Amino acid sequence: MSLAVSCRAVRKHFGEGDTRIEALRGVEFDARFGELSFLVGPSGCGKTTLISVIAGLLDRTDGDLSVLGVEVDDLAPAERILFRRKNVGFLFQQYNLLPAFTAAENVAVPLLIAGISRKEALDRAGSLLSRLGLSHRIHALPSKLSGGQQQRVALARALIHEPRLVICDEPTAALDHASGEAVMSLLAGNAVHPDRAVIVVTHDTRVFHYAQSIAHMDDGRIAKVTRKEA
Amino acid sequence: MNFVALRMLTGDRAKYFGLVFAIAFCTFLLENQTSIFASIMRRTASQILDVTDAEVWVMDPKTEYWDQTKALKDTDLTRVRGVTGVAWAVRLFKGSPVAKTLQGRFAVSVLLGLDDATLSGAPRKMLLGSWERLREPDSMIIDQAGYVLLFPGEPLELGRILEMNDHRVTIVGISDASAPFLSVPIMHTRYSEAVNFLGRERTQLSFIIARPLPGTSPAELAERIAARTSLRARTTQQFMWDGIGYYLRNTGIPVNFGITILVALIVGTVVAGQTFYLFTVENLKQFGALKAMGVTNPRLVGMILLQAVSVAALGFGLGTGMAATFFEIFRHKLATRGIVLLWQCAGLTGACILFVVAMASILSIRRVLVLEPAEVFR
Repeated sequence: MSLAVSCRAVRKHFGEGDTRIEALRGVEFDARFGELSFLVGPSGCGKTTLISVIAGLLDRTDGDLSVLGVEVDDLAPAERILFRRKNVGFLFQQYNLLPAFTAAENVAVPLLIAGISRKEALDRAGSLLSRLGLSHRIHALPSKLSGGQQQRVALARALIHEPRLVICDEPTAALDHASGEAVMSLLAGNAVHPDRAVIVVTHDTRVFHYAQSIAHMDDGRIAKVTRKEA
Repeated sequence: MNFVALRMLTGDRAKYFGLVFAIAFCTFLLENQTSIFASIMRRTASQILDVTDAEVWVMDPKTEYWDQTKALKDTDLTRVRGVTGVAWAVRLFKGSPVAKTLQGRFAVSVLLGLDDATLSGAPRKMLLGSWERLREPDSMIIDQAGYVLLFPGEPLELGRILEMNDHRVTIVGISDASAPFLSVPIMHTRYSEAVNFLGRERTQLSFIIARPLPGTSPAELAERIAARTSLRARTTQQFMWDGIGYYLRNTGIPVNFGITILVALIVGTVVAGQTFYLFTVENLKQFGALKAMGVTNPRLVGMILLQAVSVAALGFGLGTGMAATFFEIFRHKLATRGIVLLWQCAGLTGACILFVVAMASILSIRRVLVLEPAEVFR
């Protein structure tokens, strides 16, 4: 399978002088199309920094980074935003749903950002929510949804615009085991696609069995990569 | 994305209504106080503005405002008439006699004596009777508010008698004169009658009112009269502003109203500005998520400005509606007639509200622009 993300000797530091922090110290990391790639490691090891760099939310200090075949450094800032809008879907630990929006409206946001009409965006959002088992909660506000339901809405929002890269930050951390399992099952069943790569940052060892590859990070480096045999 | 911006704004009903009503009440207070202030100041010139046929007022050089008069010499009228550009110039008497009813009620009044021949300066807005009847002996026109003051609870009718300086004067008309600064009756009679109703003095001529010939502006004529006669000559507008300026300089009215307006502005600014700023700051996480999903900074700025303009327009509209209702209710009462919502005050208030919300928006926008989209992972 071809590589969706390729990091070679990627470095990132914050601050200068006495306050300088080396968050990434030459990361070598690959994520393949059609796979769930897990990024695991202790707190502060650089996982969030790495996915922020891959998503184009942070600039790296050094190294080579190719995302979906594009050298991100070659893109102008505005092009980088458009690239992210079109190609990247996000699933956040705290869901980050807009509280004033219904489930369907939240899911429709990436389509609205892309300039698709409200009606079409809401229709497509409704269909996807139904596929994820939330047809009865389409018009509910986030505050009326359980944690598992909110994360399913967030998952639908991450997938609605059919991105080629989905980045998930601790998607099960705020959920109980059953809800976490349900979300991971939906993620594996709906997000994994031959033309899409999914990167999951997690601490939750209970969901490791969903991963095709697990990159263990420590102190700003990938310490080990384990792959599930086909 | 306008839909997203507006739903973010209206989603939290409590904050949204708090924001709208803060702006609405700020608008109401500002429009209310500034309009009442301006209307009261305008009242100091009501009797000047009611004289619609003259455009230039001539008076003693030391006269500063309408209520302060020193009699001119009768020969001054001839001198004014002799100035180039004067179409006509006539006498106008102003005095403050005590008017008594047969039942014993009395009130200090403003009595205007009009040129006997032309009746220039006669009230044009008549509720009952006609100003031409002033040619009858011992006749006068009284304004509605003055009538109600002297004949409380009685219907408006002509032929009633008032006593002034031992003269019996018949009411031949009731006018809708603009409200004076003090709530006193406004009476019109002929010049030759007016001087008798007050009591003779050696000189009686309070003002000369004049009109320029076509091709000569009132301001030009006023300058010319002042230069030729050494009297003070002002256009109607200039004389109005002289009076307003006098009251602003010499009374506590502007300070009292100014304090209320300032408090309304500060409270409105703090409440509306801070609420809007906090609204945006509390939504930073959401703006961060939108940034991560590919919303550009200019688009986010547009969203915040749309929210600001929407809430300002709604609050301003609501506040102006409240102010308009307030003035509409009190406009029909005699004591508060003429006190209206002035478009200038509404415009000024709108500019203030826009400024406040713009400032709050700029502060909010700064927070959103410097927000790192990677913060959404924190």
